[in-house]
Amino acid sequence: MSTQQFTLDDLKRILIEGAGAEETVDLDGDILDADFEHLGYESLALLETGGRIEREYGITLDDDVLSEANTPRALIDAVNGQLQGGSQAAA
Amino acid sequence: MSAVVVTGLGVTAPNGLGVQDYWEATLAGKSGIGRITRFDPSQYPARLAGEIPGFAAEEHLPSRLLPQTDRMTRLALVAADWALEDAGIRPQDLPDSSMGVVTASSSGGFEFGQGELQALWSRGSQYVSAYQSFAWFYAVNSGQISIRHGMKGPSSVVVSDQAGGLDAVAQARRQIRKGTAVVVSGAVDASICPWGWVAQLAAQRLTTRDEPAQAYLPFDAAADGYVPGEGGALLVLESEESARSRDARVYGEVAGYAATFDPAPGSGRPPGLRRAIELALADARMDADDIDVVFCDAAADPELDRIESEAITAVFGPYGVPVTAPKTMTGRLYSGAAPLDLATALLSLRDGVIPPTVHVTPAPEHTLDLVADRPRETGPRSALVLARGHGGFNSAAIVRASA
Repeated sequence: MSTQQFTLDDLKRILIEGAGAEETVDLDGDILDADFEHLGYESLALLETGGRIEREYGITLDDDVLSEANTPRALIDAVNGQLQGGSQAAA
Repeated sequence: MSAVVVTGLGVTAPNGLGVQDYWEATLAGKSGIGRITRFDPSQYPARLAGEIPGFAAEEHLPSRLLPQTDRMTRLALVAADWALEDAGIRPQDLPDSSMGVVTASSSGGFEFGQGELQALWSRGSQYVSAYQSFAWFYAVNSGQISIRHGMKGPSSVVVSDQAGGLDAVAQARRQIRKGTAVVVSGAVDASICPWGWVAQLAAQRLTTRDEPAQAYLPFDAAADGYVPGEGGALLVLESEESARSRDARVYGEVAGYAATFDPAPGSGRPPGLRRAIELALADARMDADDIDVVFCDAAADPELDRIESEAITAVFGPYGVPVTAPKTMTGRLYSGAAPLDLATALLSLRDGVIPPTVHVTPAPEHTLDLVADRPRETGPRSALVLARGHGGFNSAAIVRASA
């Protein structure tokens, strides 16, 4: 079982690599419960972000995880759920 | 019918970034053609191109746009920004639905697509960017300009190779006549990457020469193909009323336009270029005598050059009108070529000077009054711009100084 943790810093790095950052948004601020949409990331940016998380961490995220996780906290929780022995953990 | 006028220009060209750089270089006869630097061209039969030097997208565009844009789109976004600024238009001050975007495209975002294809075959499908869904797409420049400036009025893309640059402006003119206040139009193409290059080689119309000053020679006895380039121009078009109501500086009017299609090979019917010129004149309600300069298509293919010089001579008479091809300094920019010629023509009207064609000595059978080597200060008031697309497209547009 993986003991790896997916943190807010990991998410921020992957968001910036995959989709850049909105100039008017401070990703270093208190964003854990901010809506992705308010942070400037539309569904396609989240699809790209999800793809990058999947290949970097060797996990598979259900499509509805990406559409339902509206905030960084929700997405981080979903990723960590997979990393810590989620039923779909990568072989 | 209300006149449609141009109030803003944005230029990204191999011999100049921005209108002023480009115009100064063009009048000085400075060429942007050289050996390809963006990849090693030594294994390919053609090795020269008009590349835009010194364009750093991150200096002009937000980081949010960089992972999702091909080079051509980055250039187009910057050209659109410059054109709007030049026109003095702040899109956020206008109703969304009163502004549209109509661009042309010849190939789409090849460099982006090449990167994603490489990721697909070398690493697997999960490494293909979600943005490949649109970043390569013909309509992407229209889409990204529209999103960036909140322009939600009639928008589209025209795909007819090099003729498309004029066809897009014509479509913009139609939308303005139907009531859209402002349309950003024109085109920027850029596909100088290995994948884009082999696609261009496939048509077998590129020169294989290596000396930049002796390579792209339209109407010359030595013409043996063209040099491709990257870049183009975007123009802000609006109705004359709209321009006057905000006291905008007007470069000129898009006074006439027509497009024709060549007959099938072997049909025995004549090529369509002459008829495109005549129909554009009729559309503008002008005679051949009213045209002060022709910006020609300049294919640098002996047969296509012959067709073009015969069409010009048929309408204007031998040596009947000054003809120029400043694209000899940029290479052929595909859909970006004709909008750049339109922008150049409008600058000619503004400053009363015809820019030169460089490096060309016209062969005697071309009875053209070619403006060669140096600019000619004839005070032009109107210009005809010609563009032909691979496969039989012919388009002609006329711009004239506003009264």
